[in-house]
Amino acid sequence: MDKISPENKSIVVRFAGDSGDGVQLLGSQFAESTALAGSDFSTFPDFPAEIRAPVGTTFGVSAFQINLGARRISTAGDQPDVLVAFNPAALKVNLPMMQKGALIILNTDAFNDRNFTKAHIASDPRKTGELDDYQVIEIDMSTQTLEAVKPLGLSKSDAEQSKNFWALGAVLWMFGRSREPIENWAKTKFAKKPEILNGNLAALNAGHAFAETAELSAEIPQFVIGEAPMEDGEYRSITGAEALSLGLAAAGELAGREVFFAGYPITPASSILHHLSRMGELGVATFQAEDEIAACCAAIGASFGGKIGVTSSSGPGIALKTEAIGLGMAVELPLVIVNSQRGGPSTGLPTKTEQSDLYQAVYGRNADAPLPVIATAGPGDCFDAAIEATRIAIRHMTPVFLLTDGYIANAAGPWALPDMADFEPILSNTPPQPQEDPTALKKEIWNRDPSSLGRPWVAPGMDGLAHRIGGLEKDIETGDISYDAANHQAMSELRARKVQAVADFIPDQEVEQGETKGPIAIVGWGSTHGAIYRAVQLAREEGYDVAQIHLRYLNPLPKNLGRLLASYDKIILPEMNMGQCATLLRDKLGIDVIQLNKVSGQPFKITEIQDVIKEHYPVAMKKAAE
Amino acid sequence: MNAPLTAKDFATDQEVRWCPGCGDYAILKCVQKTLADIGANPDKTSFVSGIGCSSRFPYYMNAYGFHTIHGRAPAFATGLKLANPEIDVWLVTGDGDGLSIGGNHLLHVLRRNVDMQIMLFNNEIYGLTKGQYSPTSRPGTRSPSTPAGSVDTPLSPCSFALGAGAKFIARGIDTDAKNLSPVLKAAHEFKGAALVEIFQNCIVYNKDVFEDFAAKKTAKETQLHVEHGKPLLFASGTRGLRLNPQSLNLEVVSVGDDGVPEADILIHDETSRAIAQLLVSLPTDGFPMPLGVIYREPATQSFDAAFWDAHPTQGKRTGKVADALRKGSVWKKA
Repeated sequence: MDKISPENKSIVVRFAGDSGDGVQLLGSQFAESTALAGSDFSTFPDFPAEIRAPVGTTFGVSAFQINLGARRISTAGDQPDVLVAFNPAALKVNLPMMQKGALIILNTDAFNDRNFTKAHIASDPRKTGELDDYQVIEIDMSTQTLEAVKPLGLSKSDAEQSKNFWALGAVLWMFGRSREPIENWAKTKFAKKPEILNGNLAALNAGHAFAETAELSAEIPQFVIGEAPMEDGEYRSITGAEALSLGLAAAGELAGREVFFAGYPITPASSILHHLSRMGELGVATFQAEDEIAACCAAIGASFGGKIGVTSSSGPGIALKTEAIGLGMAVELPLVIVNSQRGGPSTGLPTKTEQSDLYQAVYGRNADAPLPVIATAGPGDCFDAAIEATRIAIRHMTPVFLLTDGYIANAAGPWALPDMADFEPILSNTPPQPQEDPTALKKEIWNRDPSSLGRPWVAPGMDGLAHRIGGLEKDIETGDISYDAANHQAMSELRARKVQAVADFIPDQEVEQGETKGPIAIVGWGSTHGAIYRAVQLAREEGYDVAQIHLRYLNPLPKNLGRLLASYDKIILPEMNMGQCATLLRDKLGIDVIQLNKVSGQPFKITEIQDVIKEHYPVAMKKAAE
Repeated sequence: MNAPLTAKDFATDQEVRWCPGCGDYAILKCVQKTLADIGANPDKTSFVSGIGCSSRFPYYMNAYGFHTIHGRAPAFATGLKLANPEIDVWLVTGDGDGLSIGGNHLLHVLRRNVDMQIMLFNNEIYGLTKGQYSPTSRPGTRSPSTPAGSVDTPLSPCSFALGAGAKFIARGIDTDAKNLSPVLKAAHEFKGAALVEIFQNCIVYNKDVFEDFAAKKTAKETQLHVEHGKPLLFASGTRGLRLNPQSLNLEVVSVGDDGVPEADILIHDETSRAIAQLLVSLPTDGFPMPLGVIYREPATQSFDAAFWDAHPTQGKRTGKVADALRKGSVWKKA
């Protein structure tokens, strides 16, 4: 049995409790303290779809996992080394994923018959021997919290609410982190509720003091996770949803246009709407529409009006927007469609992650309606991806799909702040001069740039350029309604060529780790990046000749991709769906891949990818590796 | 200074493709004339439509135009109006587009009160899909999809609008430009979502369905042109609407020597939701069709104005992303 030791370069901590226990707050504040100490980290909030499921039940368990290290951290960790469980249900749900030898901290106040019944636990797990393989520390956290806040005169239920702060105090001591930034944050957060603030601060300090002074100290290990080697610069902690929102605002700044975002509440996409609605001074306006369809239509209406129209949703909502997206493509207006993918089909697993809307983005419209599709690879990358999606939309005058997912949206990690001066401005195609002859004017309105095939962006209000657009097939030159057979053929080909033209503007596909040829390349897209990165890194350290290739551009694919992939003997493609990118590569490049499909609602583990590398590694070369 | 624009200046080079005799022609002409009368600027005007016969309208108007998708025009128009409140937005829809597939969006654009004119061409039938019954078709309407006659209760567009919280409701008849044009001008002046129901004759699939009140010969007897502050009189002032204090309904009464004194006739107050409710709920049998501005809420703020008022910088970019990135806890590695 591996005992976690204070010498570990990285450690995975998981907090779990009832949905109302404040586990997400506890986790994110612990992440903040980790960030400020200079360690690298990656977080994974894992919560149920129910807002406050019945107390004590297994389906109401909310968890927050963080992997922190003095080395580069690329995922939230395969198996937790430390679990803080606030009740028996949280222990029951999370125990199966723990390392043997892991440290488990239990709130014993919740370990009673009532809670065992609620969690369908036959007998006290502390007495059945099922925890024998772990280091268990039992603390009466609720009692300790109540004692600590008693002098403040809070009600029992208010006082109980502070136990996440008590646990945070104890964990901060375990990792030698300062309480000060948390205290400052809490003072702002609870500024209008001084009783709650004081209760929380009292609990925080009490938890810290308890861990420090209790004779348990010998038992509670202290971990030293130092600074991770990172490039010089300014850093902050950021979630994917926030980085994506800032990226959209940055795209507006680079384009010199305001951003108009129209959305409709849906998990896990709503956080983008929330973030953007607080970015008014960055030239962002948000509109909560009556439904998903209206959100997409209003965004297109705003693009018609000259603002950068953006809409966002998850799979079911994107399905509703589909007809409007087709119109956006037909009338050649820019639009950014953000899809925070979640488990499906239908309503599916709203709070769990998946990458299963790739078909929907690439192929999912009536008729031949090709659109550019790009994907984000992680929280910080959302910033760049949002700028790139907007740039393509405006350059080519087309809707663009930006795929992210529930994991990226909620996960946080340190992010090196970009220098805005490093980004090229986003240029719009120049509107034409007014023309006396109406036909001459119409030809100017639809005069597409020969390289991008993007037309000028002409909005109502511009003098002398009034024109009509619509979803009926239009004449390729004048934009007038046309049912002409040859014209429809020409327009269909033009629309296909336009998406292909995007490939002329995007960088060649690079190999992120390893050689440009060899026995195996792991190809990924989206949020699998971190797990693939670490798995390939570890395999290479072990001597395996394996490469990592991560795709940002999914439609069109980079021009060199076919050639590049052909230079490997085997391509392995891990993705959180039943093989959608595998289909895409087969379709577009005629390349067959080895699929590794995971649709459990959980991100890939590093070991799952390591295993598949070893399984497919050529036997003859294995000896060399070992 | 250019010469003022005429109705002809609002026509486009496109050949109009409605059926010969369609009521849409008369509406098109009336709208072109109305825009000339109000001195509209084509470059600051946009027509937005959904799908259906009426929704071809933007192609024939020399202004910016957007022929969108079925039922969703109010959402596109809302996005456009919010993106650029300077644009004078005219929405064109029909009874199928606006009240069936697009009922939800019409509801919300009305309750939000987005500043635009909504012309709802009601012909009580689906024209472009060849004659199926619509949500405003009368019970018993025989159509390709209801060979035995429709059985559902029809919807009154103006009742719907009032229920949705519309602040301006008016009615007109396609071929009656004399009365329709002033209604459109009033809608244009209104700061908010102004719904104008236009009774439009579908010559092919629902010919003369409004003849009972729209026929010019009998118009005096069958139409009541409401005017703010004036008694609700029709038939050259010989008949009128009186409020029955027992039933709280309107009743038709004769006025003058053989009937009630004119003072008994209800005075139209276009700011009264109660009177508007009575007028849009009148039975068809034995009652005149109320036309004109039925309801106009005074001094409202349109949604687009409120939207930008509530925005911290009225939509302008006053901050830098570089600074926004650095809000909160930032640490340095050196």
